[in-house]
Amino acid sequence: MSQPQPIPARTLPDKAAVARALRQFLPPAGVLTDEEDLRPYECDGLTAYRKLPWIVVLPDTIEQASRVLRLCDERNIPVVARGAGTGLSGGALPLEDGVLLSLSKFTRILEIDPENRTATLEPGVRNLAITEAAAPLGLYYAPDPSSQIACSIGGNVAENAGGVHCLKYGLTVHNVLGLKFLTMDGELITLGGKTLDSPGYDLLALLTGSEGMLGVIVEITVKLLPKPEYAQVVLAAFDSVEKAGEAVATVIASGFIPSGLEMMDNFAIRAVNEYARAGYPNEAAAILLCELDGTAEEVAEGIVQVRELLLGRGATEVRASRDEAERLKFWAGRKNAFPAVGRIARDYYCMDGTIPRKHIGQVLTAIGKLSQEYGLPVANVFHAGDGNLHPLILYDANQPGQLARAEEFGGRILELCVAVGGTITGEHGVGVEKINQMCVQFTQEELAQFHALKAAFDPKGLLNPGKAVPKPARCAEFGRMHVHGGKLKFPEMERF
Amino acid sequence: MTNNADISQKLADAVREAAANHALLAIQGNGTKAFYTGALSGTPLDVTGHRGVVSYEPTELVITARAGTPLAEIEAALAERGQMLGFEPPYFGEAATLGGTIACGFSGPRRPYAGAARDFVLGAKIINGKGEILRFGGQVMKNVAGFDVSRLMVGAFGTLGVLLEVSLKVLPKPARELTLAFEMNAAEAVKQMNAWAAQPLPLSAACHADDTLYFRLSGTESGVRAAQAKLGGNAVENSERFWREIREHRLNFFQNGSPLWRLSIPSATPPIDLPGKWLTDWGGAQRWLKSDTPAADIRQETEEVGGHATLFRSLNQKRAPLAVLSPGLISLHRQLKLAFDPHAVLNANSG
Ligand SMILES: Cc1cc2nc3c(=O)[nH]c(=O)nc-3n(C[C@H](O)[C@H](O)[C@H](O)COP(=O)(O)OP(=O)(O)OC[C@H]3O[C@@H](n4cnc5c(N)ncnc54)[C@H](O)[C@@H]3O)c2cc1C
Repeated sequence: MSQPQPIPARTLPDKAAVARALRQFLPPAGVLTDEEDLRPYECDGLTAYRKLPWIVVLPDTIEQASRVLRLCDERNIPVVARGAGTGLSGGALPLEDGVLLSLSKFTRILEIDPENRTATLEPGVRNLAITEAAAPLGLYYAPDPSSQIACSIGGNVAENAGGVHCLKYGLTVHNVLGLKFLTMDGELITLGGKTLDSPGYDLLALLTGSEGMLGVIVEITVKLLPKPEYAQVVLAAFDSVEKAGEAVATVIASGFIPSGLEMMDNFAIRAVNEYARAGYPNEAAAILLCELDGTAEEVAEGIVQVRELLLGRGATEVRASRDEAERLKFWAGRKNAFPAVGRIARDYYCMDGTIPRKHIGQVLTAIGKLSQEYGLPVANVFHAGDGNLHPLILYDANQPGQLARAEEFGGRILELCVAVGGTITGEHGVGVEKINQMCVQFTQEELAQFHALKAAFDPKGLLNPGKAVPKPARCAEFGRMHVHGGKLKFPEMERF
Repeated sequence: MTNNADISQKLADAVREAAANHALLAIQGNGTKAFYTGALSGTPLDVTGHRGVVSYEPTELVITARAGTPLAEIEAALAERGQMLGFEPPYFGEAATLGGTIACGFSGPRRPYAGAARDFVLGAKIINGKGEILRFGGQVMKNVAGFDVSRLMVGAFGTLGVLLEVSLKVLPKPARELTLAFEMNAAEAVKQMNAWAAQPLPLSAACHADDTLYFRLSGTESGVRAAQAKLGGNAVENSERFWREIREHRLNFFQNGSPLWRLSIPSATPPIDLPGKWLTDWGGAQRWLKSDTPAADIRQETEEVGGHATLFRSLNQKRAPLAVLSPGLISLHRQLKLAFDPHAVLNANSG
């Protein structure tokens, strides 16, 4: 297993003294130092990587968070920010010689502005809570990661999170208008606000997806969209994954921007039919779920055309949802796919590569061949419209050698993604998990540019050190997401 | 036929040499936006020879082109396949290049509903100030590997790197577009634009000029028809031309001699009490002001409503109207500039 890079050796300050200093301005319950209190923070959603933090702090105000950072900066103590801890790449993995700064007390919705259609939020606000707060106005927050009942908006910004509806409505980066963040020395910086742009370099884009390496986000303003009038989903079955892949490319090329376009292979179909009685065609090699939204007229017109396109691409069966209940039923299978697969396998790895859509069929076929070569089954359920693959490699960690095989297999998949012009991570981030694979995607000069960029914000390298960008010395092996015993840390949630 | 060519090595050599000699380079496209950037110091580095579409696959909704490629050539290639650039970029001159468009990061009327230039950038190949050729992002829709350097290049005016290639997400052209006009004053128009933007309508532009609210709908035939039935108003003839003139600042409004200010403010802000002539675009989020009012007053009033003002065009103003940044932001900008261009070779303003 790959671990974060060691930060340069230095003498650790006295823990008791640091805790005392922190308690000067934080409430007693806001500084945790005992092992039993620290334990819940030892990992994020990628539970295979664990480390007990040195100290956990839970500030309640921006002023307190700023003082924590200033104190750590002065004493050269590294800091890891943590939102809800649902990340899947170990981005919030603590350091045993660092402070874990939890933003879980920052849960206030500061403002919903109906006229400008914005929401201003503290970073610990849950993704779904934004849409819930905006719903009475007929508005919603578009990016909808499957973890949305638990993940925080701060964490979403830090990872540039995506979701099923991002195909049409964009990723987090497209939906954030303003940020306030603290630099490592505790200075509060404001970017944007309720305007569509702000002067200077686009630091808003840069902070989005920065995995807690550039600053600690303490306030976020997002745009809210009107809830679509109507949505309908089409389910299409195919007798080969190649045909389904081609159908994806055809739909995209035809001028439709579906609000969701998801794909499942036969392994996943069977798993969910059994687990969630999804009623998907059991024999299909692959199915596509294609949702259109908009005005009732637009959707009705579109559904007719999409049906024709899919049949023209060799779909053996096409069903359109007849009402809202059936639309939700079509989606229920997709949303239960991960737990369904998790029930069959003892363990699975989830990969997160993105590829050009035209290569979907070819890459899935190649993954199938690799699956035979490694003797490990694979289930595919993913954001086909975006080309964002989530192959799940099934294995059993108790069988000697299987873990290592699964790991190697996962690595080959990501290499394949890069080889066809794609990327090693579409939405889960690099964290500690894929840090080695960064070496495949970027040259030494590019990695050096990333380090220089980080140093512009954090000259001492104290913010989330060892994550996301490998040091030149470390370009060797690959990582993965480890789900043990088919259980994620948040079993109640829809997966991905 | 155009003479497409890849001269990245030559350009990188020039930057490396300038860095070694601590010389200044002024990156040059076709100069269509020089009115905005102002004069640059140093030896011109002509990037117009680095041109051509590198790849365009309509089924992927992605185009990759060299920075010197004329924007018109790119838009023509897209139009042939029924696609377009979603941010409706202003040219400000026929010869506009892709590189200049991205370096300035300007967006047209579609911006509030479809996204800005930066929203469509998927990847970029650049030369940093050390003369290294680097690639960030890519040609896929979702990519969170490494910091988002390609978006950082948008609107950086070439101060962080020479753009070599840009990959953009493109959009299908809507099957139908229709512009509706309603007579009303600015205050009513701002209210109306925002009220409609809060409803699920196929909006693609909203502006107010000369006591008329113009509203553009884009979508399917039936979707647009249904929206028209709901909204009323008068259909505008030849509306494509109208939006082009707004985008290119060719309407009469933009023609007289007073300085032109751009105010980026929260969309629902009521009209601001500053003397001058106003034109409202972007559903209220972008206001153009022709005014001789002192800069400090305009900036202050704009900041009070939570926005910022930039002097966009002025006859007597030579250099770029630098945005006013907080001290913390200024220091971050300096550090970032150093990180990309440690010898300060690229695009220094003169004067
Ligand atoms: C069941 C399940 C389903 C998922 N589905 C999706 C999905 O559909 N799409 C998707 O994109 N992701 C998905 N994820 C991954 C995860 O939920 C997202 O990455 C989410 O954005 C993380 O938010 P968080 O609050 O849990 O952040 P954390 O895990 O706490 O932190 C993630 C990273 O952000 C940093 N960070 C957190 N808060 C801040 C802050 N305020 N300032 C600076 N840095 C900060 C941390 O240091 C860390 O590097 C899923 C995860 C699970 C467990």
